[in-house]
Amino acid sequence: MHNKTVAELSRDLESGQVSSVELTRHFLDRIQQQDSQYNSFITVTEEQAMAEAEAADQRRQRGDATPWTGIPFAQKDIFCTRGVRTTCGSKMLEPFVPPYNATVTQRFEDAGAVSLGKTNMDEFAMGSSTESSYFGATTNPWGERRVPGGSSGGSAAAVAARLTPAATATDTGGSIRQPAALCGITGLKPTYGRVSRYGMVAFASSLDQGGTMARTAEDNALMLNVMAGFDPRDSTSVDQPVPDYTADLAQPLNGLRIGLPKEYFTDQLSPAMADAVQSAVREYEALGASVREISLPHANLAIAAYYIIAPAECSANLSRFDGVRYGYRCKNPEDLLDLYTRTRAEGFGSEVKRRIMIGTYALSAGYYDAYYAKAQKVRRLIRQDFIDAFDDVDVIMSPTTPSPAFVQGEKTSDPVTMYLEDIFTISTNLAGLPAMSVPAGMIDGLPVGLQIIGRYFDEARLLNVAHQFQQATDWHLRTPND
Amino acid sequence: MTISRQDIEKVALLARIRVDDQEVTALEQDLGNILGLVDQLQAADTEATEPMAHPLDAVQRLRPDVVSESDQRAAFQAIAPATENGLYLVPRVIE
Repeated sequence: MHNKTVAELSRDLESGQVSSVELTRHFLDRIQQQDSQYNSFITVTEEQAMAEAEAADQRRQRGDATPWTGIPFAQKDIFCTRGVRTTCGSKMLEPFVPPYNATVTQRFEDAGAVSLGKTNMDEFAMGSSTESSYFGATTNPWGERRVPGGSSGGSAAAVAARLTPAATATDTGGSIRQPAALCGITGLKPTYGRVSRYGMVAFASSLDQGGTMARTAEDNALMLNVMAGFDPRDSTSVDQPVPDYTADLAQPLNGLRIGLPKEYFTDQLSPAMADAVQSAVREYEALGASVREISLPHANLAIAAYYIIAPAECSANLSRFDGVRYGYRCKNPEDLLDLYTRTRAEGFGSEVKRRIMIGTYALSAGYYDAYYAKAQKVRRLIRQDFIDAFDDVDVIMSPTTPSPAFVQGEKTSDPVTMYLEDIFTISTNLAGLPAMSVPAGMIDGLPVGLQIIGRYFDEARLLNVAHQFQQATDWHLRTPND
Repeated sequence: MTISRQDIEKVALLARIRVDDQEVTALEQDLGNILGLVDQLQAADTEATEPMAHPLDAVQRLRPDVVSESDQRAAFQAIAPATENGLYLVPRVIE
């Protein structure tokens, strides 16, 4: 049962071949038996899941089921869940039980999906390895001591280990695509504003975007059908019609124009990774696509711009954690300043503190123009590069990451080394474009991903392009420990 | 790019994060490296470029000035570290 896709499970539920209670029990058992190896979940909501499964089976019998009614899934622990602890991987939110649902949570609840629990992540989504979680690191199912990527490493590892058929995730600089690539699954970061941020713990609000993780492009499309849409509660939510993302999956790729940015294919790129991407591109040519070289002249500035903008926004967003209204509070504060400074010193981990301090510095008097305003100008240049490139091509392809999953501890001593992990993913967050990672090869027994970037609101085409690749290849069907 | 111990202590106070001497030493190195990385920005020609705050250049949406949320003070205060009579408690500010 755990090898089936969401689409297949949905059909099995519809035909009565399996019940949601059976399905949910099966995945809960797998989590119980196997997750001690991976630590992909922070909280498993067994009782609630079984109750939701029973309700879903009754709803199906009444005849008002959606494709998601009775399908188990997992939620990144960044989405608020009413009555269920939402930690964001931090000691600061260890005691936090939200009194409300995120819009994403509510939409899955309304569709009748069954939440298995909350998945592990880098603290406040700041990281690329899921090693900075207060609740311990997550391990990649593909290799002992390998990181699953981050920050949505728990969601990616849980899907790869088939502890859940699908999981929600978020992406601020690569946090869906990079872990999807490293865990051999399919992930989609939609256009900025496509999925509501309401109730999604904020990191860098002009970059944060909720998205999808599953084994196939088709399942990602099914997820986005639930998640996408305008939300008056999110001030940057975009009021645009939501298509049925499964409708165009079967479209042939004849005439598709693919761009390969020359800035990403330099001699810095490992030959093995370049080979993997080139074979994927040849597969696309066989499917009728044409390929040309394009240029993103400011690509080399993306990481620098990001590491001003993201920390600046994080320093403002995380100022809300003050030990007064919710979350962690230090013991016996002497006065108000002591309450604030000790609560934050004890409640935040070291990477979060570094980013808050970089952001505070970049926004402080005398430095604002040199750092924050400068980074915002470079951000516009980076976006313009993409707009120009999309005059000539329909999608842009690159590796998702510079290399396959690295070993735990390898990049924790120098934050800058870790930051370079997101070198191919960050610029699409700055531009606000949608992008996917699709399994596209193996290097030394570890999966690697192909990144596919699309025009604004062109998620349906990305999913079509990914789905057609998955009809012709079987990288996405490979599983660890087979 | 280097950042001094004094800078770090000042930023830590602005950010309301207590740091001890050992942490300041580590942060000197780490923040210095990060600022070294972001210094690449200075090379970009942005003379004629406007700052960009939103990928789609959207502006804040306005809504009618009417009550849209119900009172949930009890639910919100139930998860607070310390409250009394509907108020959040903090250490005494005025002696």
